[in-house]
Amino acid sequence: MTRDLAGSVAIVGVAESDEIGVVPGKSSLMHHAEAGYNALADAGLSVKDVDGLFTAGFSTLATAEYMGIKPKYSDSTSIGGSSFLVHVEHAMAAINAGMCEVALITHGETGRSRRGARPPADASTPGPQFEIPYGINGAPINYAVACSRYMHQYGEDRTRQAMAEIAVSTRKWAQMNPKALMRDPMSFDDYHNSRWIAWPFHLLDCCLVTDAGAAVVVTSAARARSLPKKPVWVLGTGEHHDHALMSQMEDLTVHPAKVAAERAFGMADMKPADIDLTMLYDSFTYTVLMCLESLGYCGPGEGPDFVKNQRTAPGGEFALNTSGGGLSYTHPGMYGIFLIVEAVRQLRGECGERNVNPKTALANGSGGSLSSSGVLILGVD
Amino acid sequence: MTTQATPPKPLPVPQPEWDFYWEKAKAHELWLMRCKDCSTSYFYPRPICPNCFSRNTEWFQSSGNGTLYAFAIVHRAPMPAFRDDAPYVVAYIELEGGARMPTNLVGVEPDPEHIKIGMAVKVYFEDRTAEISLPIFRPA
Repeated sequence: MTRDLAGSVAIVGVAESDEIGVVPGKSSLMHHAEAGYNALADAGLSVKDVDGLFTAGFSTLATAEYMGIKPKYSDSTSIGGSSFLVHVEHAMAAINAGMCEVALITHGETGRSRRGARPPADASTPGPQFEIPYGINGAPINYAVACSRYMHQYGEDRTRQAMAEIAVSTRKWAQMNPKALMRDPMSFDDYHNSRWIAWPFHLLDCCLVTDAGAAVVVTSAARARSLPKKPVWVLGTGEHHDHALMSQMEDLTVHPAKVAAERAFGMADMKPADIDLTMLYDSFTYTVLMCLESLGYCGPGEGPDFVKNQRTAPGGEFALNTSGGGLSYTHPGMYGIFLIVEAVRQLRGECGERNVNPKTALANGSGGSLSSSGVLILGVD
Repeated sequence: MTTQATPPKPLPVPQPEWDFYWEKAKAHELWLMRCKDCSTSYFYPRPICPNCFSRNTEWFQSSGNGTLYAFAIVHRAPMPAFRDDAPYVVAYIELEGGARMPTNLVGVEPDPEHIKIGMAVKVYFEDRTAEISLPIFRPA
């Protein structure tokens, strides 16, 4: 069992890069840097205070040099979109071990406007050997295959309706977020009439592709109390991964969040009913559906009932993805860190008309092909 | 305006422990690996059993018979090489013996009305080059 870590560290700064959405004029590293400096300013700290650096997408060697940071603790764990939530857990461990005191976690990607090709997948790995020659490549295809299995097990029509509910409710939240890229109203007809990307996914089942960066500052409880803003306590954390390729996933309907959540809820001594705000990585509508079940908000196959009648929309009973999510707010590639940004702002009461005044929040990052999970449970006094 | 020529589809670069698999595929045979200690057959092949970590494993020829486990119908090709194929079917096949492999399903309308999870399928081979043949599946 974990030692008594609940509340031992706090998130004291969060920020996006200066502009997010469609930003052709900035590199990925620039988004890391802007977001990092902005998050430190939000915390009332400076670059000089940072002694722990956490980055995914690049090595910390690259982000540290660009930003002028010379850390004494360094972590480039890169397990997809869950990386940054996992970084919070790793920062908590490092801070408690006395290895660092001010941890900066940075992200930046130009998924939309990137110049230059991405490096191809390593030919010696199983993907290029057994999947890519078949045109099995990229998240929409892989996640669509997983979703077909859920539909088979739990009913196609009710699954489809649930996916539409999630797309429509998430857009309603985005309409209250000035930083969201997609703010036009979305009707159920818009959802059902949107073109096929990879059946069973319509276009409006799929997250956006944007340019954006974000950063998070974590520090000890003692240091957090000395800073200007209300500390957001890290009450529980968990991480887990169980495969890399979707075709190696044992059960296509159960997310690794199931295992990660056990540690997080145990550490926090809480249960799903104690959570006021839930932020789930919505790479696709299906990801939300399965994660509600895997995190224990409802049982296997009960997700469609859980989200029906716009229960997760503004004014609904269950506050979910209040930023507008990866589906309608922003999604540069590894969106997970933006879950933390929104959860912290909500807990501080900084979200204007969309604030739901939570005392507790849960964020679940998902990475790879439903491969990895990082769960955080956060709270304020 | 001219349309760009479709680039060739990506090919596997056989890795040492997969040379045998691709040699057999070239002969239009599907060979997998199984563990002699725990009896698990699995995909992709690797000489150490992913279930019990035994090195007491062997190659065996699969019947190529299986059932459809899950699928997607790709309308937006992920790379230009597959543009002309769309819509095409990506499928996970559960083979006799339990191993599950990713592949394409052909010989069926790319329409969910015609593709049912659990349907019986059978392997056949598509020759991509003189050296590389891919095991793909069609309704049995």
